[in-house]
Amino acid sequence: MTTLAAYPVPHRRRPWHLWVPAGVCLGGMLLPLVYLLIRASEADVGFLRNEILRPRTLVLLLNTLGLAASVLATVTVVGVPMAWLTTRSDLKARRLLTLLAVLPLAVPGYLMAYTLLAAGGPYGTGQRLLGIQLPRLTGFWGALLALSLYNLPYMFLNLRVAMQRIDPALEEVARSLGHSPMQVFWRVTVPRLRPALWAGTLLIGLHVIGDFGVVSLLRFETFSFALYKQVEAGDRIGAAWLGLILIALTSGLLLVELRFLRGLRLDPAGMASARVQRVVRLGHWAWPAYTLLLAIAFVSLVVPLGTMIYWFGQADVDGNLLGRWARSLGDSVSASIPAAVLACLAAIPICYLARRYPSPASRGVEQAMYLGYATPALAFALGLVFFSLRAAPFLYQTLALLVVAYALHFLAEALGPLRTALFVATPRMEEASRSLGHGRLSTFVRVTLPLLRPGMIVSLALVFLSVMKELPIAFILAPLDFHPLSLKVWDYTNEALYAQAAPYALTILLLSAGFVGLLLMQGPEERST
Amino acid sequence: MLIGSAGVIIALGVMVGAWVDGAGPARADDAESLVLYCGRGQSLVGPLIEKFRAQTGIDVKVKYGGTTELVATLAEERDRSPADVFWAQDAASLGQLSRDGRFSRLPDSITGVVAENFRSSSGTWVATSGRARVLAYSPSRVKAQDLPASVFDLTDPKWKGRIGWAPTNASFLAFVTAMRVEHGDDKTRQWLIGMKNNSPKAYPKNSPIIEAIASGEIDLGLPNHYYLLRYRAMDPNYPVAQTFFRDGDIGNLLLVSGVGVLKTALNKDAAHKFIEFLLSPDTAQSFLASEDMEYPVVRGAAVPEQLPGKGAMERVTPRIDLDKLSDLEGTRKLMSEVGL
Repeated sequence: MTTLAAYPVPHRRRPWHLWVPAGVCLGGMLLPLVYLLIRASEADVGFLRNEILRPRTLVLLLNTLGLAASVLATVTVVGVPMAWLTTRSDLKARRLLTLLAVLPLAVPGYLMAYTLLAAGGPYGTGQRLLGIQLPRLTGFWGALLALSLYNLPYMFLNLRVAMQRIDPALEEVARSLGHSPMQVFWRVTVPRLRPALWAGTLLIGLHVIGDFGVVSLLRFETFSFALYKQVEAGDRIGAAWLGLILIALTSGLLLVELRFLRGLRLDPAGMASARVQRVVRLGHWAWPAYTLLLAIAFVSLVVPLGTMIYWFGQADVDGNLLGRWARSLGDSVSASIPAAVLACLAAIPICYLARRYPSPASRGVEQAMYLGYATPALAFALGLVFFSLRAAPFLYQTLALLVVAYALHFLAEALGPLRTALFVATPRMEEASRSLGHGRLSTFVRVTLPLLRPGMIVSLALVFLSVMKELPIAFILAPLDFHPLSLKVWDYTNEALYAQAAPYALTILLLSAGFVGLLLMQGPEERST
Repeated sequence: MLIGSAGVIIALGVMVGAWVDGAGPARADDAESLVLYCGRGQSLVGPLIEKFRAQTGIDVKVKYGGTTELVATLAEERDRSPADVFWAQDAASLGQLSRDGRFSRLPDSITGVVAENFRSSSGTWVATSGRARVLAYSPSRVKAQDLPASVFDLTDPKWKGRIGWAPTNASFLAFVTAMRVEHGDDKTRQWLIGMKNNSPKAYPKNSPIIEAIASGEIDLGLPNHYYLLRYRAMDPNYPVAQTFFRDGDIGNLLLVSGVGVLKTALNKDAAHKFIEFLLSPDTAQSFLASEDMEYPVVRGAAVPEQLPGKGAMERVTPRIDLDKLSDLEGTRKLMSEVGL
């Protein structure tokens, strides 16, 4: 259709108001990398030969890549129908089903893995509570299941935003030209999901490659597992090398993504982007659809939640618990809300720059934001210790530094949904606004921001949930006497005091669930119903 | 909308300003405060620290974390570290910091309280409590008379595929280091190879070993003593048992948590008061024994009945120089040499 109009906004001046915040983020993102290079450069050749260049490294590499590829295949195959069913079909209670699909985000990965592990076997929770002996999940298959369930909501959320934003006119035109619904789906819908698929792929690929908690518990050795062992043995140089190899690995993934998205244009056909999406009647297909959605919700939500409630039943609640709990909750929220807002605010100019002023530099900056995510959290935090103590010691062990660290580390999570939203928001509306005499700021606030809103909501939710669950950065950068919920849960489960862990774990889950629910309620769902 | 956005931005600015201003660097130099980096869980030692606060009026600021992460943090902070005291889970990390010259010598009045085998010969750190390595097993699948008498017997092919261990866990690494000290690198290498041939299942830490025995995944495991006691507290019928090997076997090693004062500490007096408190038999030592199920390191502390080998630990556990347990590097090399 009418995609002949130039995609970028015509411009003469460099948009400094966008470049300056983007540059600040880029600088922050590169600091941990510089730190790793400094540490890695302390190694000698013999060390490299003996510790890094050995067959074991190759095995770890293959394990890591194999697991990442399998998880990605699984979440894509399951995520696309889930997103379609909850946005385009006539299923009842779609908002509830959406909520159930997103809520597993609230379960920390290590807890998800632990509860799935504890469910199986002759003395597992499955046997004791329900009288059913479930298989015990370990090794590759266990890791695949736990990581797929854990990551599925990320893919689902990205795809959902994209599905909602597809201009229905395109699909109508395809249908009017005689295409069957299947053909429309494959030829029109799927290609338009590509940015979302890639954003999800990137995020999940980075998750799997960087995951430590799940793979160590389910006994599958990957790269970051080996890296942790290195740090545990006090070997910072070896750890730095492994960290750099990990970053190289993820940079490969970034380059692949860059190639696939080059030149991709997905502006709507006309100004009709807010038109009502056609709802597909499922008929008797509704039952398998409900089964799929509910089965996934059961394994990824009911199992962890049920286990935690079972633990909670065994806890003795003493008078001090409430006070400690309230403090811990306060600590968690005081880091996660500002970090989510900061990450989202920082992501907007970067994303806007890459879409509206495309150039190798602006796209490069956008890609570089994934570096923070790709850098192992432990190394990321230690890098910030290194630099903040040298450059800004007054910031060290302050909540402000922790929030900035989180915002930088999780910026990539905020980027994906915003980018997807911006891909389908036509620049011509902005042009129209400018031509009607609105200034740049006024146009941004009145036109662009509302278009970005669904993306922003998802961005805020993703970062908030990640911070609620995060461990290594909190360990190292948290202010003194700062005990967020995630550290409490880690502490108690680490000592096998599951009953005591339960109130804190349940709080993370319920708070995150409430937050996700609230955000989804404000989503654009109502338009398609 | 515009006003709203501006409001949000101003509010954020004010908030950021307030943190930077209010939180500030945590270096406090009045004598009545203390900064503690604590590699021991808040769940275990939090109440004890509260008690110290109440008893002395000293304001203790704590940073909890994994011992590994805290050692890495201290290594990055160097002379700029705000920490006064480091309380670690294991002797190796204390030894590592001591070797790097990060601890100051403790006064004799402190080191004199604990037995010689519970402190560093350099006088830079002392143990605060002990935990024993044990053999955990399934009483339904392993008969008592079949239990191995020594950890070296676990290489017997009859245990093939039935053993669980946590080869990356700090406690396990300390145990292998002790084996090297006691029996030499060759015999340790032989043992590791023999174990590897028996295809043990590797777990990230101790508690999953116990759960794997309960779930039938393995029949034997090498954890620390107190995890099983915690499972039993939740469930008295928990289907796992534990025992020591024969007296003096290296498999019965007693590991310690310990504490040292940093050279860069600004609150040394408060730091010493804190360590004295941790070593007091009636309060801290009894608390660690009765609440956390750990072995006290000073005489006179009450020891609960459930602790395995109660009262006989001097006979049961081998005597190892704690300072020699810091060669983790050598242990890691040996383990990577045999492919672990």
